[in-house]
Amino acid sequence: MSDLTRQSAATLASAIARREVSSEEVTRAHFDRIAQVDERVHAFLHVDPESSIARAREVDQQLAKGELLSPLAGVPIAFKDLLATKGVPTTCGSRILEGWRPPYNATIVDKLNAAGVVSLGKTNMDEFAMGSSTEHSGYGPTHNPWDLERIPGGSGGGSAAAVASFESPMAIGTDTGGSIRQPAALTGTVGVKPTYGGVSRYGIVALASSLDQAGPCARDVMDTALLHAVIGGHDPRDSTSINEPVPDVVAAALKADVRGMKIGVIKELKGEGFQAGVLERFNQSIEILTDLGAEVIEVSCPHFEYALGAYYLILPSEASSNLARFDGMRFGIREDDGKDRSVEEVMSATREKGFGAEVKRRIMLGTYALSSGYYDAYYGQAQRIRTLITRDFAYAFSRVDVLVSPTAPTTAFKIGEKLDNPLAMYLNDIATIPVNLAGNCAMSLPIGRAPEDGLPVGLQIIAPPMADHLLYQVGSALESALADRWGGLLISEAPTL
Amino acid sequence: MTPGKIDSEQVKHLGKLARLELSPEEVADYTLQLEQILGAITSISAVAADHIPPTSHPIPMENVYREDIAVRGLEINDFASGAPSFEDDRFRVPRILGEPG
Repeated sequence: MSDLTRQSAATLASAIARREVSSEEVTRAHFDRIAQVDERVHAFLHVDPESSIARAREVDQQLAKGELLSPLAGVPIAFKDLLATKGVPTTCGSRILEGWRPPYNATIVDKLNAAGVVSLGKTNMDEFAMGSSTEHSGYGPTHNPWDLERIPGGSGGGSAAAVASFESPMAIGTDTGGSIRQPAALTGTVGVKPTYGGVSRYGIVALASSLDQAGPCARDVMDTALLHAVIGGHDPRDSTSINEPVPDVVAAALKADVRGMKIGVIKELKGEGFQAGVLERFNQSIEILTDLGAEVIEVSCPHFEYALGAYYLILPSEASSNLARFDGMRFGIREDDGKDRSVEEVMSATREKGFGAEVKRRIMLGTYALSSGYYDAYYGQAQRIRTLITRDFAYAFSRVDVLVSPTAPTTAFKIGEKLDNPLAMYLNDIATIPVNLAGNCAMSLPIGRAPEDGLPVGLQIIAPPMADHLLYQVGSALESALADRWGGLLISEAPTL
Repeated sequence: MTPGKIDSEQVKHLGKLARLELSPEEVADYTLQLEQILGAITSISAVAADHIPPTSHPIPMENVYREDIAVRGLEINDFASGAPSFEDDRFRVPRILGEPG
């Protein structure tokens, strides 16, 4: 098989299953690639080639004995550093957790281990998943493989960049307001935020518990479907996990048919603030979907204009509570000068030293929004807006099967460009945030390059809760129509580095 | 206090509540930025929504129980290895009461 790192997860899995190549060879090839490019991309925070290769060898032995029948057995993966991995450093991109090794695995990690998927390591992210560029990592930014001077999106920029730079065929991300989808859009890859409750959150360090959802990242729709099928499903350890079968996402990806489907274009997410080239590619994709036999209509979601405001009250409120556990007492660093300081002084010094600027900003915003006297005006009002946004979706889904919009308003911007302007940074997620507020599922897939800068553009498909299969059905239909035009996937046009 | 208006005293107070030992430069930066952010998001207060029920969680569920069966938890050593200070099977913490000794 030619360059192993250029293959899809599905191709690798079937070659491994047929014993044409070993998991060890595939894993080694990816570590060679990481050694070659990651100094420039900085997708990874932690790799341990020796133990990964040892694990790949174990998987090869199990396969030889016929013990593993998972459709992804032997294929490598990268985990966003927000997932607890037993005995393996887990920092969440924060200095406050430097050196911490969790005592247990996230359920997703256990499921993938059991499926014979081999971990390559942990990927870079905005600290505690707060950010849209991966510049807020405590360990330095990740660079976009399409242009190393640009951001790869965030917070899961490391997972997206690892996949886009062929350092890993697939990765796990988490999405609280767009952290899987926006990086996918900016790196020319595919990312899915499953239905809230569709994938276990056990062992995922919480940012905003009512919004967080982990999901798959890969270079094509089928690979995300295969990964989704492994990680999805009920988990008794997560009380918010939905106790229903996972929709058959793999069959839907194979079906790849939009004939007779009704697709709604969200009126509020395609005008002001959206880059011309992004809209041009989006409109072109709409034409393709129509040509493929879908009926496309425009729908209005009038409360979406308030989604960003509601989100930036709800998220900081939940985050300020969740992050109270990082106090230097039970895990991570402790800033103690030994001068008999009180516990409060040590906590304050630890948090001041361990947290970066964006995390502190949001903790204070959340503390303010939850303060007595402001609670109803801010947090209470935001929760009522959340209801209105959910109703907008419900009405839209009474008229159409899926909704579409551009995933992000612009293509990847330059590193440093928006770092000093939190508000400009927050606007990156304007199209992705409503989905998290309502708990729907959504996918971003590449639809071409913006004419003005040659950078990837993503299209977002949104489906109702527990209708994740519709994302894959529409996504793979559009993907294959675009691949026919381009003679391959968009990612094959990315610089070789 | 007016919602949406933030001064440096409030930022210092928030820092104290949130256990963040902010530097004077941070107090100045956050005073500006928090006011800016709140100014941009208070547009939501313009929506007449008093009669709308709040959503705290996207899926309607309550009281999720499991069978009352004891399962083995983590071992003490699992916690010890990740703690900044650990002694006699306990987390060792700075003094929590009284004056400096």
